[in-house]
Amino acid sequence: MLSRVAERLYWMGRYLERVESTARLVNAYTNQILDLPKGVDPGWRRLVDLNGASAVFEGHYQNYDERNTVKFLLADSFNPDSIASALAMARENVRTTRDVLPTEVWDQANEMYLYCKENAERGVLRKHRFMFLKQIVIRCQQITGLLTGTMSHDFPCDFIRLGRNLERGDMTTRIVDSAVSLLMPRLDAPTPYDNLMWVNVLKSLSAFQMYRQHVRHRVKGEAVVKYLLQDSGFPRSLGYALARAEALLGHLPRNEAPLQRVALIQRRVKEAALDTMALDEMHAFIDQIQAELNNMHEQISATWFSLEALPAVQTQVQAAAP
Amino acid sequence: MSIDWKRFDPGGFYDEMISSPGYPRAVARQVASYLRSLSTEEIKARQQAAESAIVEMGITFTVYSEGSNIDRAWPFDIIPRIIAAREWNKVSAGLEQRLRALNLFIDDLYGAQRIVEDGVFPAELLANSKNFRREVVGVKPPFGVWAHICGSDLIRDHKGDFFVLEDNLRVPSGVSYMLENRVLTKRVFGELFEDASILPVADYPAQLFDMLAAISPRPLDFPEVVVLTPGIYNSAYFEHAFLAQQMGAELVEGADLLVGDDDCVYMRTIEGLQRVDVIYRRVDDLFLDPEVFNSDSALGVPGLMRAWRKGNVGIANAPGSGVADDKVVYAFVPKIIKYYLDEDPLIPNVETFVCLHDDERAYVLDNLDKLVVKPANESGGYGMLIGPKATKKERAEFARLIKADPRNYIAQPLIKLSTVPTLVDEHVEPRHVDLRPFILQGQDVYVTPGGLTRVALRKGSTVVNSSQGGGSKDTWILDTEAS
Repeated sequence: MLSRVAERLYWMGRYLERVESTARLVNAYTNQILDLPKGVDPGWRRLVDLNGASAVFEGHYQNYDERNTVKFLLADSFNPDSIASALAMARENVRTTRDVLPTEVWDQANEMYLYCKENAERGVLRKHRFMFLKQIVIRCQQITGLLTGTMSHDFPCDFIRLGRNLERGDMTTRIVDSAVSLLMPRLDAPTPYDNLMWVNVLKSLSAFQMYRQHVRHRVKGEAVVKYLLQDSGFPRSLGYALARAEALLGHLPRNEAPLQRVALIQRRVKEAALDTMALDEMHAFIDQIQAELNNMHEQISATWFSLEALPAVQTQVQAAAP
Repeated sequence: MSIDWKRFDPGGFYDEMISSPGYPRAVARQVASYLRSLSTEEIKARQQAAESAIVEMGITFTVYSEGSNIDRAWPFDIIPRIIAAREWNKVSAGLEQRLRALNLFIDDLYGAQRIVEDGVFPAELLANSKNFRREVVGVKPPFGVWAHICGSDLIRDHKGDFFVLEDNLRVPSGVSYMLENRVLTKRVFGELFEDASILPVADYPAQLFDMLAAISPRPLDFPEVVVLTPGIYNSAYFEHAFLAQQMGAELVEGADLLVGDDDCVYMRTIEGLQRVDVIYRRVDDLFLDPEVFNSDSALGVPGLMRAWRKGNVGIANAPGSGVADDKVVYAFVPKIIKYYLDEDPLIPNVETFVCLHDDERAYVLDNLDKLVVKPANESGGYGMLIGPKATKKERAEFARLIKADPRNYIAQPLIKLSTVPTLVDEHVEPRHVDLRPFILQGQDVYVTPGGLTRVALRKGSTVVNSSQGGGSKDTWILDTEAS
């Protein structure tokens, strides 16, 4: 399998996941602010901060109000992480790998792209937003379903899933971290809405229901963080995403270095004593995991995509000598 | 109401199916009477079936317009074009003769240049050739073959005689459509294949692979053959992907390949770097290697020419083979055949006036209203003057162009192209056609039985290019003597 094709499929997996998780996130926030009394800052800014996009945002907007923030996340083409931008990238990756993907995947990706182009601006308005985001999530799920149901589960499929799981792990840590960083400065003076915020974190990752079923606790900061980082059964928890990534890496050729990396992160995550960590320790810990995830990506890229560093050996070369 | 051949009038042209109203030619009799037996509804239903199959099979070609690329469904007419096998055998032998001579010619030009020394081919033509690559002088590719894949355009005149109109030796395209057209016809007119001996075309990808494998520098059972495409934005991308898939070869872009310190070519795969033996390139010469040619080409592979010159990789067609793909060189092909093979050409050229020669240029300038003028190095039907149909102003403009750069122009009389019945709304009308067979040369020569028939769908038009309103037909070489 060509490295270029592998790389495009990997990014297709990442971008589609980014589209879906952004849609879920904005939806959860929109629901939450409806519960907040007037005068409490709904914290739209956090949605921009958690993607590390405040500089780009401030280049175009004066303030972090709802309209600006949501437009930035849904429709703005100058934001490379907006649903519209990520979807355009996902589509381009599908388009250039059409020969290895089931035709229906291209059809769906293209349709979703056209749908988004047509509706993203309208989706910024509260009255249309729910419908728009729901459509985006459903359509992403449709593609995931098509891939599962109609594509051979070999290398090409492995790269798509690898991309999806790394992106998920990344998004989950970002969302958890954004809550942690928000609470840190007001540790001594918690507000009555702090707990509500943890509920919202769960909902942003579509994890609320599963949390209730599996944790049985009332919603509490440490338990939520533990669940989202360490649980092995919930598909959007970091622990789960890493276990999936490990399994996928196991199928691929020349996988020693990437496997070592993923094992290292897994160990870090499993061994972290999250219950006893203070918020600032937790923040530092998540930072470290994020850096590790990034290294993981670099390792995958170096192993399978760029190949510049590899010496032109391969035993067949010598076989050609007379 | 169904097709009524009595109302089908070929006019002053040679129609390949109907000789005069109501009279099908012997070779087409069975098909003509079969078509007549179908009702209008049945014919319409079959055309629709073909069109939906085209969408379903994803047979497209890409047009670049208004700043973006559009994949268009391939335009296809269900009525096949039929040529008798006996007639075709002569054409086929002529095509083989032609490619053998052209390859000897190319090999000579990049070697001793005997033909120039002997005064058969003018030195000044060579000096001005846009497609002569100094960089490959002295290279000796396997079997002395440079143009491994050739697509020659044939036409038939008002008497039905075949002529060669041009030879495409750079990156000829269209063969995938030839193959897909046959698949479509089988779907639509399956019953016709039961009693008729139609020569199969499906062998082409295997023939192509074998030819490519034969030029591998390493004698392996399974040499690594790749198809090099400029990428998804190229108009022939569909064909590149199709051929790669049919041959079981990787479809690569320039960035997928690199040349190692050992001057061998490798492709980047997830299993590591893999040696590449043969490149079927669909990228023009000048974009192949930024170290040697166009230095800002992102389509090519730095060092590729080095690897090729050292004999570490096979490239088809060889860089520089386009030197014989030039409408002025075309005029010399009969002499080239005579010179290298000591044979008379089996298929004639269309009479051609070379504007470089003073007397011929004078004739051309005096007769612009009767002639078709073509630039030497354009393809796709661009930059042409069709004298009898042009305005006075257009002719004056061409007179100026010819005088300014005589080497770049040739002129030919307007040939009355043959026609084939074609569906137009509810009935059939004659439409002009040409034919592009594909010829492969490695150790041996292979000629496709038939080729890609292109049809000018607009009434009276002779422009068959798909980018300019042309369509296509399946081409049958029908053996009426076998049964």
